[in-house]
Amino acid sequence: MQLALGPLLYYWPRQQVFDFYEAIAQAPVDIVYLGETVCARRHELRVQDWAEIAAKLAAAGKQAVLGTQTLIESESDLKTLRRVIDERDFLTEANDMGAVRILSAEKRPFVAGPFLNVFNSATLGMLSHLGATRWVMPVEMSADALRELQAARPAGMETEVFAYGRLPLAFSARCFTARHFNLQKDDCQFKCLDFPDGLVIKTREKEEFLTLNGIQTQSAKVYNLIGEVEALRALGVDILRISPQSQHTPALLEVFRARLEGNVEVPAARSRLAALEVAAPCNGFWYGQPGLDQVAA
Amino acid sequence: MLTGKPFELVCPAGALPSLKAAVDNGADCVYTGLKDNTNARNFTGLNFDDAQLREGIRYAHDRRVKVLLALNTYPQTATWARWTAAVDKAADYGVDAIILADPGLMEYARTKHPQLRLHLSVQGSATSYEAINFYHEQFGIQRAVLPRVLAMAQVEHTVKNTPVEIEVFGFGGLCVMVEGRCALSAYVTGDSPNTVGVCSPGKAVRYEQTAQGMDTRLNGVLINRFDANEKAGYPTLCKGRFEVNDETYYAIEEPASLNTLELLPQLIDIGVKAVKIEGRQRSPAYVAQVTKVWREAIDSALRNRQNFTVREAWMAELNKVSEGNMHTLGAYYRPWK
Repeated sequence: MQLALGPLLYYWPRQQVFDFYEAIAQAPVDIVYLGETVCARRHELRVQDWAEIAAKLAAAGKQAVLGTQTLIESESDLKTLRRVIDERDFLTEANDMGAVRILSAEKRPFVAGPFLNVFNSATLGMLSHLGATRWVMPVEMSADALRELQAARPAGMETEVFAYGRLPLAFSARCFTARHFNLQKDDCQFKCLDFPDGLVIKTREKEEFLTLNGIQTQSAKVYNLIGEVEALRALGVDILRISPQSQHTPALLEVFRARLEGNVEVPAARSRLAALEVAAPCNGFWYGQPGLDQVAA
Repeated sequence: MLTGKPFELVCPAGALPSLKAAVDNGADCVYTGLKDNTNARNFTGLNFDDAQLREGIRYAHDRRVKVLLALNTYPQTATWARWTAAVDKAADYGVDAIILADPGLMEYARTKHPQLRLHLSVQGSATSYEAINFYHEQFGIQRAVLPRVLAMAQVEHTVKNTPVEIEVFGFGGLCVMVEGRCALSAYVTGDSPNTVGVCSPGKAVRYEQTAQGMDTRLNGVLINRFDANEKAGYPTLCKGRFEVNDETYYAIEEPASLNTLELLPQLIDIGVKAVKIEGRQRSPAYVAQVTKVWREAIDSALRNRQNFTVREAWMAELNKVSEGNMHTLGAYYRPWK
């Protein structure tokens, strides 16, 4: 099994992003997803900057993949989308069907991203026919549903599963971070820069519930499948995705790498991760339970 | 197939009485669902069995109203046959179109029933003409329902760049998230719109009177707390009051309804083909009320777009049935974002 680093879902200052990927170039990870996939207003890095980072990571032996924006609203969003796809040295992760349309028309192989809602073999087969060589399971899908899909997986299709990080759960036209500051999205003052791991929503009982990340809503808990690595392997999953956080990402990758190679047992890996986690863990989706549950393996 | 009108009013038919209420009050189309998780309003006591669907189609067609069947959840591999059987039934019973979200199911429908008209559900999350044209080229979809995320200028730009008819939401419950791209309900309750056809399902809801007030919970998570002067609303999880940086407020969205009555002439002008009323889970009285107002408004706008004004009586009627008795223009009005 391979390890992938998912796209950076938060908005960090430009230099922090370059420094982050300098460190990732040295980290035990095989595939790195890059690009702004959440919000069109975030412009610390442009497409060319992401391509430059991609080239550096490729030189360090990683497979670099450029992701497209998930929620497309305007013609300007479509222009950026086409620019990402035009970076022909790199594989593209398609995060909406508009991207799939352009990529398949150009006969380019692509990764079918986690927001394409691939829930059955017919849809996976269709994407394979259109040029997808890898698909990322929707985060809400269970192991049982994945088993069915793996049984009829098209030839040459790799399967990737989101295995660690705050779960990207929803997208909106509205920016909830701007809303918190009584700002309109068009004049958001780039408040996301102040929240390198998002802005936590608590219930009125002080329970950490969700995380605001601009137009994206995430879980407050950290999805963590470290205890399920063997089950993932048994299902023929090819790649595990780790989602970037502002601190300790290389260390997270090291723990998962050690677990993949059998160099650490689950309890020890779990306690190493506990020291690196931004919040309590959960794994319910994998077991077909509410996502916020933590099920004992 | 009944011939289309220049601008269609598409009304919710959660069950036979609502279907008749919509037809009797001026709907051009009604949309329905079967009694299972093949549609996104999979609620107890709602939807149509075979006999009711046949009766509904007969009732509507006799009055020259179209019937659409929503099969707009994402089938899982293990239960795939339930969805394909539903597509076959739609073709067999003579519904005027099916509303789909899943590409695999669209391929099935296109291959097996090439004469059956396909609409792209809002659950398909197609927010640009590139995405809509994808579904048109691959599966021949003839209409797309836009997610409630685009501003008016963006709706217009989309209409101009696709041969597919565009339907938009005009009134009713407001999803603040992009439909089809929201796993919040799955995160809290295990059941999601995508796979089970529900959001914040009733079986996970608990109302509790405490010393602090009326608590509303979803699978134990406190969604809202109402004091004695407030009317306790349903705990739809994105419409609760939460704390962010020690400030308590509706952090995601207020419990308000979408109401775009005032935009009607603009929607017609920019070439939108149909306006959809949300609410298959609402009562026949709601359907009758809302359909009647929108029928009058559309007829008035079609007669004379320049001098169209929203009548106070219309707004009064609609506000009576709005969630939280509030309404909003949602994303059509850019500052909402």
